[in-house]
Amino acid sequence: MARLTIRNICKSFGSGFAVNDVSLDVENGELVCLLGPSGSGKSTLLRMIGGFERPSAGEILIDGRDITHLPPERRPTGMVFQSHALWTHWTVFDNIAFGLKLRRLPRADIREKVEQALAMVGLADYGQRMTTQLSGGQQQRVALARSLVLEPKILLLDEPFASLDQHLRERLRDEVKDIQSRLGITTLFVTHGQDEALALADRIVVMRDGVMEQVAPPDVIYRAPQTEFVAGFIGSMNFLRADVEDGVARHDDLTLPLPIADGPVILGIRPEAMSLTPSERPRAGKVHRLIDFGTHKLIDIDLTDGTRIKCMAGPDARAPRGLRVELGVSAFHAFRDGRQVYQTTSDLEATERSMSHA
Amino acid sequence: MSAVPNRPSARTAVPPKRTVRQPFDWTGLLFALGLTLVIVVPLLVVGTWAFTEVWRYPSLIPQQFGLRFWSQTLARADVWNALFLSLRLTTVVTVLSAIICLPAAYAFARLSFPGRNLLFLSFLASHAFPKFGLLVAIAGIFLHVGLIATFWGVVLIQLVSTLMLMIWVPVSAFQAVDRRMEEAARDAGAGPLRVFWSITLPQAGPTIFAAMLMTFVNTFYETEGAWLIGAPQIRTMPVLMISFINNQLVVQYGAVLSVMLWVPSLLALIFARRAVGTGAFARGFGA
Ligand SMILES: Nc1ncnc2c1ncn2[C@@H]1O[C@H](COP(=O)(O)OP(=O)(O)OP(=O)(O)O)[C@@H](O)[C@H]1O
Ligand SMILES: [Mg+2]
Repeated sequence: MARLTIRNICKSFGSGFAVNDVSLDVENGELVCLLGPSGSGKSTLLRMIGGFERPSAGEILIDGRDITHLPPERRPTGMVFQSHALWTHWTVFDNIAFGLKLRRLPRADIREKVEQALAMVGLADYGQRMTTQLSGGQQQRVALARSLVLEPKILLLDEPFASLDQHLRERLRDEVKDIQSRLGITTLFVTHGQDEALALADRIVVMRDGVMEQVAPPDVIYRAPQTEFVAGFIGSMNFLRADVEDGVARHDDLTLPLPIADGPVILGIRPEAMSLTPSERPRAGKVHRLIDFGTHKLIDIDLTDGTRIKCMAGPDARAPRGLRVELGVSAFHAFRDGRQVYQTTSDLEATERSMSHA
Repeated sequence: MSAVPNRPSARTAVPPKRTVRQPFDWTGLLFALGLTLVIVVPLLVVGTWAFTEVWRYPSLIPQQFGLRFWSQTLARADVWNALFLSLRLTTVVTVLSAIICLPAAYAFARLSFPGRNLLFLSFLASHAFPKFGLLVAIAGIFLHVGLIATFWGVVLIQLVSTLMLMIWVPVSAFQAVDRRMEEAARDAGAGPLRVFWSITLPQAGPTIFAAMLMTFVNTFYETEGAWLIGAPQIRTMPVLMISFINNQLVVQYGAVLSVMLWVPSLLALIFARRAVGTGAFARGFGA
């Protein structure tokens, strides 16, 4: 329904920038997740789009129209707050109906729309309850219905499921995704949880200290992180310090071909790109423990240089504590000064190849 | 949890089973008795006087009960006039005070503007000085502008005395309202005024209602300003009562009037409990 354009947005609260020169295009019907550690400026960015925070610089456009200086009530955006912010002096019905009443819809239409919205979030019979008589998850769904019923062009969700338990979160997440793609609402979704981002997003924005580190679809973010920070923040990644000499990276436990200039480098290796073989070498890594996840096992290995790395293995893998192992690597990334300088081509191309075969 | 050893003191702190006799709370009893004496006894005496026809000195209870002074008091036109005047005056003052103070309180609670703290202090300052001196000064001004002995003169003077309560209490009530709720209402399409009316005011409701009730009762019983500005034309109930007591040495007139004066505050209290519920009422006062 709408296209959101953010151009060089900055926000400072007096000392330093909470959001620093962020530019982003969100396409019609796209769902973009903002991901980043606490204090990285996700909420601030979202609140500027909603109109609750005035940008220090830059502009925000919806469908090409500059809305940077419009108050929230005149923006075609709908926000779901982390604390759901339901109006506790009204019933669920009145909460959802408020925006419609402001738009002076006929009573019958309001009733119909509210009931539709309630049904959509699975709360059809709850209209007459006070909001305080609902569970946390139900309140969150009312907050969602309250925004959706107004059919915003842009939906802004600020960690809407942060306070819910795992199961409920997953269910609501799927519901939101369903509703969002059915209605085709352009959506920005702030979250702490990378699994949430990977499951929902068409694209992920990774933020750090008010700056965008990378913007890319989930599989690219995971398989081709541009910076060391993104690599470590999305999924788990083992980092090893190594030295490059004549196109070969050397570490006590690893030797990998690495065609970059000589000098120190940080190797990033996903747990699933590692394999283990028993070793007789006295300074080889030692198995610390093995965690069984059912579908796979995760083996912690203590290297002699003091780093502990994680290695994924099949569900039948066995590795007694203290066993000495040699590391095998099928794919890796190399970082210098925080930026990726090399990555083995295998993962992305392999997936692309298998996809085109299928 | 179990890895953290219990500190030994934490174990021995639990006393072995022993019946400890609770020491009798003498201070509490004395306190309660003192309060009763100070509050209830005068009320009881006044209440009794109102229904007494003859009560001579050594006797503990009146020699003769009766309603003679009630019918005499209630037969007087000036009593009824004063009652209706007081009710009218108090309602006007309370409503005006709400109209003026609530938006101001909201501004103090939510907006930051230059001179905010100074202005806030100036509201409180009117109560920092001896009130009578201030009243005399204001009376001087009123005399010049012809407000002395008029209804609106009294309204104005009483309005001044309500300012502190009606600003201070609502400010904290507004500050307690979740900002996100207001933002959500803006998001839904409501302008600032609508948000105040539909979200902020109802959320702060119980506390503000309590403040308005207290304002109503305080204004009803206010005498100094009403007497100084209103006399002799404007005579409120309390002013009338004082003049009765001053002019006639019949205790019963004063007693009857003061019993009559209890009625509005009692009604107000009952109404408050009905309208807000005890819990919310207590919450209004920050309990
Ligand atoms: N009203 C404010 N006044 C001053 N500083 C603020 C304000 N709001 C946010 N900040 C600062 O801006 C920075 C970004 O805050 P923001 O709330 O956007 O982070 P976030 O990414 O949403 O974090 P979280 O994941 O914890 O919600 C923080 O350093 C915060 O202290
Ligand atoms: Mg946040």
